[in-house]
Amino acid sequence: MKSVSLFILSCLLWLLLSGHFEVLMLALGLASVILTVFLSLRMNIVDHESYPINLTFKVLRFFIFLWREIILANIDVVVRILKPGKTISPRLANVPLPQKTDLGRVIYANAITLTPGTVSVQLDKETVAVHALAQETVDDLQTGRMAKMVPEEQKDIGK
Amino acid sequence: MITDVLSWFCLVSGGLLGVVGGIGMHRFPDFYSRLHAAGTTDTLCAALFLLGLGLQAGLSLASAKLALIFVFLFFTSPTASHSVANAALHGGLKPLQDEHNKGDA
Repeated sequence: MKSVSLFILSCLLWLLLSGHFEVLMLALGLASVILTVFLSLRMNIVDHESYPINLTFKVLRFFIFLWREIILANIDVVVRILKPGKTISPRLANVPLPQKTDLGRVIYANAITLTPGTVSVQLDKETVAVHALAQETVDDLQTGRMAKMVPEEQKDIGK
Repeated sequence: MITDVLSWFCLVSGGLLGVVGGIGMHRFPDFYSRLHAAGTTDTLCAALFLLGLGLQAGLSLASAKLALIFVFLFFTSPTASHSVANAALHGGLKPLQDEHNKGDA
């Protein structure tokens, strides 16, 4: 199942990047795609972590949510930069990591970093150290609003 | 016409965001807070540029490649920011913090 979708996605990627539609080029592209899929299967790297296709719909929902957050946070940071006087009070804070899988933790930490105003500095098993521009952004993270949206597979499917 | 206006709007606002990010990098006091200013250029500025260019290119291979650039940027830039901040912390660079909350970090 996963190798089939990997095959299809690789073909699409090859077509997009090359833009060639001659028979010889198509045959060469097909050969390289087959070789790639074969090698990834041999290397056993087509698993739930490197290729989480089962999360696709959750990820799409998360991206829409995340982009709203990114735009709002960008506006917030721009206002802080342009307003005269002292507008920031930087701080380090520990935010709990409710995710159970490594992939979920990484997605959450990346989402924190992607929203301007917060940068994940250090990652542990249960908490993430966040450097933030202001207390409000930390409070917002502490509510776990974003953490709930992070796409994650159920634990029992994993290890 | 409409796509032209939209794409110029995206390009101009993306450029403005880049300038504001630069100003922020000079205004903010220490390394970590400057990272936040760079974050605005990292995310929305780059995305707006790519969207504007994609609108100019129309539905073609070029815009598909721009979309791919966007996806790669979306995954790599937070990782890079995180590793820079993590390296600074490991290197012993203490973040500047307000006096009243020094205790709880």
